[in-house]
Amino acid sequence: MPKINNLSISTFDTPPFNINKIRADFPILNVQIEGKPLVYLDNAASAQMPQQVIDRLVRYQSTQHANIHRAVHYLSELATAEYDEARRKVQRFINAGEEREVIFTSGTTEAINLVMHGYGRKFIGAGDEIIISTLEHHSNIVPWQMLAEERGAKIRVVPVNDAGELQLDAYMNLFNERTKFVSLIHVSNALGTINPVKKMIAYAHSRGVPVLVDGAQAVPHMKVDVQDLDCDFYAFSGHKLCGPTGIGILYGKAALLESMQPFKGGGDMILSVTFEKTTYNTIPYKFEAGTPPIAAAIGLGAALDYLSAIGMENIAAHEHALLQYATEQVSQIPGVRIVGTARDKASVLSFVMEHIHPHDVGTLLNQEGIAVRTGHHCAQPVMQRMGIPATSRASFAFYNTRAEVDALMAGIRMVQKIFA
Amino acid sequence: MANLKALYQEVILDHNKKPRNYGAVERASHHAEGHNPLCGDHLSITLAIADENIQNIAFNGESCAICKASASMMTVAVKGKSRADAEILIEEFLAMVTGKLDLNIPDQKEKLAHIGRLAVFAGVHDLPTRVKCAILPWHTLHAAFSSVAQVSTESEFDPMHAPIGDA
Repeated sequence: MPKINNLSISTFDTPPFNINKIRADFPILNVQIEGKPLVYLDNAASAQMPQQVIDRLVRYQSTQHANIHRAVHYLSELATAEYDEARRKVQRFINAGEEREVIFTSGTTEAINLVMHGYGRKFIGAGDEIIISTLEHHSNIVPWQMLAEERGAKIRVVPVNDAGELQLDAYMNLFNERTKFVSLIHVSNALGTINPVKKMIAYAHSRGVPVLVDGAQAVPHMKVDVQDLDCDFYAFSGHKLCGPTGIGILYGKAALLESMQPFKGGGDMILSVTFEKTTYNTIPYKFEAGTPPIAAAIGLGAALDYLSAIGMENIAAHEHALLQYATEQVSQIPGVRIVGTARDKASVLSFVMEHIHPHDVGTLLNQEGIAVRTGHHCAQPVMQRMGIPATSRASFAFYNTRAEVDALMAGIRMVQKIFA
Repeated sequence: MANLKALYQEVILDHNKKPRNYGAVERASHHAEGHNPLCGDHLSITLAIADENIQNIAFNGESCAICKASASMMTVAVKGKSRADAEILIEEFLAMVTGKLDLNIPDQKEKLAHIGRLAVFAGVHDLPTRVKCAILPWHTLHAAFSSVAQVSTESEFDPMHAPIGDA
């Protein structure tokens, strides 16, 4: 078991952003790895959970738990009220127009699959075309391939330049009368590129095509307003937002959600069932069959409260400064190359080291207590486009510090020394 | 895990920079390709086997240092050995790296009689995600034994899931 210690942190903040106070909220940051303080730079894979969210989960399980929408007893009504309140917190956080436009899923992957089944299988047929981009995570590729194979539809892919930026001219040229759907990643998990989705949505709409945005890497790092984006669907995960795993969100415009067929059949998604006919429930319940992850939803609500109290603008500013600092620092180390140099980037520093495989980098950094992700980041087409099998990826959260960036740089130099 | 940095320093300095038997055997009698799709590692092993003896072996490919060092040391260990002895070594190596046998336990150490210098890879067991890197060359070698000369193995064959005795 890792030991706990209290590490001192050099400050890197401007009021009202108090990094020491924020770090004190995250018990896991006291864990030691290999006898060294944890430097957690794998936030794009999953963010850590503050005590406030842990406490909320404990309070729910200790004093409020029962199944929702089922019984008239006190706990069931209380749990239902808390679950509904969590939905309203999500609605406010992303500025959805209506509460019923927020559907709880198990995560981004399930949210995208829900749209593929509920919308795609109903409205996309033989010869139709779906536009995605080179930057997609596998979760926004595979469902559409499954649909394309089943329906005889076709996938068209928006190319990127060497910096990892989507090519908008090429995007617009992909549209034709068979284009039926667009599904785009908001922020690239592998490279950190922030895509101009608002512009891309506006263009798709001018061609009468609905757009899903995979926001798994965007929502944790910037203020996202789904009405301002005017996206038709927006998907993201709770655990990348300091919430629990097993909970995610699909936002969808009410009219579209109503037009869709259900994704999963079962309890809670029906109004009445006979052996002859089932009448489906209204949205969002039509898409929430079975007992949902109630505790996780409430935990996500607490996480959104926590992030809102800090302020997404403050979070974005802190992370931007960290990314800039890290980019400058790593650029000064010969033999290290940053992969993904888009003008607009969020919180991700992907890099390769000359003659050293990323897995060796990751293993040796771990010896220094530094957690980075190595591999293809579930985005093999991005790796193929960049002509590399894998990268090492440091991804920052608002609780990371300049000192941790320095630790990463020292780690990179140590790896070079071993391989020298 | 503390030995891991030592493993890198000791083995990588040597075998990663100067891999032994790197390249391809001309007029090979046996050949197999190994892939680890998770990290993009790719390995090609060619052999010249006559009278059940490994007269020559070579490897090449793109891989991490653990995989490359494992392949390099493997070629040194099996060159000149009989195919049967090489199969025994494959089983011992896999048992050690996957943690089925522990060199620190006397009873189990006896079953790792042929490991020799390869014992340096025992520490990889502490890193489950890297075990595959270390064993890829050995699975590929085993696959090559059952290959037929001049037959391409660019098929669906996956050495990561190739059956390999009890190991």
